[in-house]
Amino acid sequence: MKAIYKRELNSYFHTMIGYVFIAFLVAYAGVYFMAYNLNYGYPYFSYVLTGILFVLLIAVPVLTMRSFAEDRKNKTDQLLLTSPVSLPKVVLGKYLAMVTILLVPCVIYLIFPLIIKSQGTAYILTDYLSILMFFLMGCVYISIGMFISSLTESTIIAAIGTMGVLMALYLWNGILDFIPSGAGTNAIGVAVILSLLAFLVWQMTKNWIISGAVELVVIAGTVIAYVAKSELFENLLPNILAKLELTDPMTVITDSSYLDISGIILYLSMIAVFLFLTIQMIQKRRWS
Amino acid sequence: MIEVKNLTKCYGKHLAVDNLSFTVEKGQIYGFLGPNGAGKSTTMNIMTGYLGATKGEVLIDGHDILKEPEEAKRCIGYLPEQPPLYLEMTVMEYLRFAAELKKIPKEDMEIQIEKAMRLTRLSDVRGRLISNLSKGYKQRVGLAQAILGFPEIIILDEPTVGLDPKQIIEIRELIRKLAKEHTVILSSHILAEIREVCDYILIIARGKLVASDTPENLENSMSGTGHIEIEVRREQKEVERVLDRIDQVKRVEYTLLEDGTVRAQIEAKGSGDIRERIFHAFADQKMPLLTLKLNKSTLEEIFLELTQK
Repeated sequence: MKAIYKRELNSYFHTMIGYVFIAFLVAYAGVYFMAYNLNYGYPYFSYVLTGILFVLLIAVPVLTMRSFAEDRKNKTDQLLLTSPVSLPKVVLGKYLAMVTILLVPCVIYLIFPLIIKSQGTAYILTDYLSILMFFLMGCVYISIGMFISSLTESTIIAAIGTMGVLMALYLWNGILDFIPSGAGTNAIGVAVILSLLAFLVWQMTKNWIISGAVELVVIAGTVIAYVAKSELFENLLPNILAKLELTDPMTVITDSSYLDISGIILYLSMIAVFLFLTIQMIQKRRWS
Repeated sequence: MIEVKNLTKCYGKHLAVDNLSFTVEKGQIYGFLGPNGAGKSTTMNIMTGYLGATKGEVLIDGHDILKEPEEAKRCIGYLPEQPPLYLEMTVMEYLRFAAELKKIPKEDMEIQIEKAMRLTRLSDVRGRLISNLSKGYKQRVGLAQAILGFPEIIILDEPTVGLDPKQIIEIRELIRKLAKEHTVILSSHILAEIREVCDYILIIARGKLVASDTPENLENSMSGTGHIEIEVRREQKEVERVLDRIDQVKRVEYTLLEDGTVRAQIEAKGSGDIRERIFHAFADQKMPLLTLKLNKSTLEEIFLELTQK
C-alpha cells in the first residue's frame, strides 16, 4: 500500500495535475478571500469556503479521472493486481494519495483565518471546523470520482461523468423541489425503487424464484402499508433523499456556527460506501 | 509446482479456455504454443491471479491463487503481453516501485535491482524516462520487473516480441540461465523459439490442450506422418509400377521435374522404415535412384495438424 501511495503521489506531481489542482483551489480561495474578507470585511473565512465549493466540482474530476481509468488503459493494472498486494490496499493507496493532494490546499487555508485575526476579530474555531468539513466533503467527492474512474477505460469519460454526478449533488436541494409530495405518487415511487432492487437481485443471482419473491414482498408491502396508513408516504421520498444533501453540513457552520455531527457521519459513510463499490467494481471486472 | 485443474473461462458466450488441466514441474522451461486467440494469454492471466476463472482452480506451490492470493502471487514474476509500464517514471524509479510492490526487503532492494538490470542489460538507461525508450528497451524493462526478486516461477507472455535478433538471442540465453534455478513458463506463436528454448511444450488450440510433451517426443510420436522422397530419371508409369509392388506404400504423390526426372513423395503404412525395401525394389529393376531421403514431420507440421482440426 505504501508503495502505491508513494508512486501515485509522485505521479501527480510528475504530470503537473497535482500542482494545477492545488494552485486552482488556492487561487480561487485567494480571490474570494480578497473580495469577502478584505474588501467587504466579513470576519468569517467560512464564507469563502462555501463560495468556492463550485471549484471542487471542476477540480476533483480532473484529479480523480486518471486513478483507475488510466491504469486499465495502459494495462498497468496487471502489475498491481498480480503483485502480492491485496485489492483493498491498492484502492486505499490510490485514494489516500488523492486525499493528500487535497490536504495541501486545506493546510494552506489554515493561514487565512490568522490573517483575519491580525486585522481584528476572527472566529478561528468556526473557521477551522469549516475547513475540516470542506476537506471531508472533498474526500467524499474524491471517492465518488474514483469510483466513476473505475467504471471506464477513458479518462475523459471519467472526468465528465464525475463532473455530472457532482453537479447533481451540488444542485440536490433544487432538484428535490421537483419531486411531488403526495402520498400516492410517493408510494408508487417507493415501489419502483424497491422493484429496481429486486431487478438487481435477479441480475446478481439470475434466480427467478428469489427475485420474484422479493418483488412480490415489495409490491404487497407497499400496497398494505399504503392502505393501512397512507399519510406515512407523504413527502417520504423528498425526506429520505434530502438526507443525502452533501453541502448542508458544510454551509450550516457558516450560517449558524454549529457543527453537524450527523453530517460528519454522512461524509464518512459515503466515503466508505464508494471505496467499497470501487473494490467491488474491480473485482467484478476480473470475473466477467 | 503449479497445478491447473479443469480451468474454464467464458467471456459471455465465448469460451476462451475450455477445461484445461496440466501440471508444471520445478526447474524446467515450459512453452505455451498456439495460434492467435488460442487462450494462451487468458490462461496466463488466470494463473497469475489477474483474471478469475469461470470454473477450475490454480494451485501455485500448494496455494490457491484465489484463496491465498498473497502467498501465491509472491512466488510469481509475470510479464504480460503488453509490459505494464508507467511511462512517466524512469527505469530506476519503476523498478524500485516494482520491488516495493513485491515486498523485497529494503536492504536487499538495491542489489536485486542491480542484478535484474545487469541481466536484462538496462544499466545504461537507468535514469531515462520509460516513455522515451524504444520498444525493445520497454520490453526489457518489463522483463526486469518480472525477474525482480527472482521468484520461483517466472511467467512470460511472448517475451521476445519487438526485439531485434541479437536481443532475442540474449533473452533466450537469459531464460536458459534463469531456468537453472527457476521454473519458467513462456508463450509464443513462434515455433522456432519454443523449439529452441523449451524443455516441454504445451500446444493449445481453441482453449483446449491438444498436446503436451517434450519437443523430441512430439516429433517422434508424429513420425508416422513423415514421408519418403525419391527421385528417378524415368517415366512416371515405370516408377508407379515398381512402387505398386511394395505393399507398405500407402499413398504416393508424383511431381514431374524440369530435367525429366520424377519425384515421388511416398507415405508409408505403419511406423516401420521402408527405405531399404524401396532401394532394393528399384535396384532390381536397374533403375538408379537419384535421391532417397526420409522427411520427418517437423514441429511445424505437427503444430499445424493439431491446431487446424
